[in-house]
Amino acid sequence: MRAGRRLLDAAAVVIALITVFPIYWMVLAAVKPAGEIQSLDQKPWTLAPSLDAFRRVLAVNDFGRYLLNSVLVALAVVLISGLIAFLAAVALTRFRFRFRTTILVTFLIAQMVPIEALTIPLFFLVRDVGTVVPGIGLNTLGSLVLVHTAFTLPFAIWMLRGFVQAIPDELDEAAQLDGAGRFTVLWRILLPLVAPGLAATSVFSFIHAWNDFLFARTFIISEADLQTLPMALLVFFKPDENDWGAIMAASTLMTVPVLIFFLVVRRRLVAGLGGAVKD
Amino acid sequence: MSRVRTRAPLWLLLPAAVVLGGLFLYPMYQLGLLSVLDFTQAQVSGGRPTRFVGAENYTRLFGDDRFWSVLGATVLFAAACVLATLAVGAGLAVLLTRVSRIPRLLLSLAALAAWAVPAVSGSTTWMFLFDTDLGFVNQLFGIEGFNWMYDRYTAFGLVGAVVVWASFPFVMVTLYAGIEAIPKSVLEAAALDGSGAWRTFWRIMVPMLRPVLAIVVIQSIIWDFKVFTQIYVMTHGGGLAGQNLTLNVYAYQQAFASSEYGRGAAIGVVMMLILLAVTLVYLRALRRSGEQL
Repeated sequence: MRAGRRLLDAAAVVIALITVFPIYWMVLAAVKPAGEIQSLDQKPWTLAPSLDAFRRVLAVNDFGRYLLNSVLVALAVVLISGLIAFLAAVALTRFRFRFRTTILVTFLIAQMVPIEALTIPLFFLVRDVGTVVPGIGLNTLGSLVLVHTAFTLPFAIWMLRGFVQAIPDELDEAAQLDGAGRFTVLWRILLPLVAPGLAATSVFSFIHAWNDFLFARTFIISEADLQTLPMALLVFFKPDENDWGAIMAASTLMTVPVLIFFLVVRRRLVAGLGGAVKD
Repeated sequence: MSRVRTRAPLWLLLPAAVVLGGLFLYPMYQLGLLSVLDFTQAQVSGGRPTRFVGAENYTRLFGDDRFWSVLGATVLFAAACVLATLAVGAGLAVLLTRVSRIPRLLLSLAALAAWAVPAVSGSTTWMFLFDTDLGFVNQLFGIEGFNWMYDRYTAFGLVGAVVVWASFPFVMVTLYAGIEAIPKSVLEAAALDGSGAWRTFWRIMVPMLRPVLAIVVIQSIIWDFKVFTQIYVMTHGGGLAGQNLTLNVYAYQQAFASSEYGRGAAIGVVMMLILLAVTLVYLRALRRSGEQL
């Protein structure tokens, strides 16, 4: 029995190593000097780590700007989608009204819609809207904020609903008896109490906007300055010779923020998923 | 706030309704509309008026061998990814319940890390690992000069591996949580009765986990059916002569590379209908698992 357990332990460790190996390889390749990257004899370590690739990516290709664009889009999506989802979640948990269940099911179905299929109509929508409202047309970061706010909303509402439900009704009733208006109850009582839920929801929204490749590729066609990370990264792929050092450095820059997020919210992530699936 | 009939929920729901109506419902309607129009570059630039063509986009699509081969590839690719993801995820979930604390922590952290890696970064990293000349894998196995992307099946296999690597953690974490929720006494009783690991898994865990399994399976089907980024990045937009196209990438290429917007929209509608059917099964599974709406 004990030998069997040790064998399983060893298997788990080996599988863990295989799973993280690509990530290790990515970071390793990012800090390898150029000569070792081009080598026909790749070593799984380096004795002369260098930040050349990062320098090339950030200084020459102005990656800092794309990083900033990605951060701006993701943060705007988190804020707007969080606020709208909070209001909707309150409506759906604190009130009984006709079609409430229908609306809930609609949000659930909306999560399943293959948003990729909507690229074509959204492209024309954004193009036309851009002629009226300049900030959200093609080649603007606003267009990305707009579509990702919409795509993250159904899940955010569904998830926040669980958190609002967990706050006892008596709390807002007591506040109302004390003369607090509906607005005060919303901002002063409910919002602070669902803050942990908002934090968990934000992570999902952030990652969704951060990882997006398709819409950035479709909407940002001619303004190179407004690209986000996933698109900017593809610049280093060249027909004859890919600049692997730069590609891996850029990939690392793109991965690190998400990785940190995931590790920070590790526990919430599982609990949140449970809550989203069944609360 | 009391549960009385007021107008309050209306203004609370208004922002969400505006955003979702404008960016979900309206585009869905537009997608359907585009699919029955003759809509190509000429119409986009305003050179020619848009023309209603009825089901022509669909009949041409269904009469095209290319479409059927892409559809077949999509279904097979998604099925293979789903099966592999479930097998790996479920296997590792069971493994997690049987190992000591430290290996368990290591494996969970490793899986979480793989989950966190953005699709684009994951794709580029695996491309480098499997690069023809500079790839570690080719050098390790002494098959330098072998290009994984030339052959249709090795290319699909490599993309599939990235998809599974990125999506097994969700299955593993969810199923592990489900297994942990099974009362220990049930599993102990089974062990006392002489039930082995394999038998315990199929006869006890699987039936007790059916609701969670249903969710995990359907979720995986939906994800793997519409893989876009990995295919687009790794095969440079669909592989040599489009050998690695899936429905999603095919629709995108038809619309934005060939300017056949009507045709791309028709493919989108087909995809939407297939996933809608899957979603309805999902909803029924949720209902059966006792979800209160």
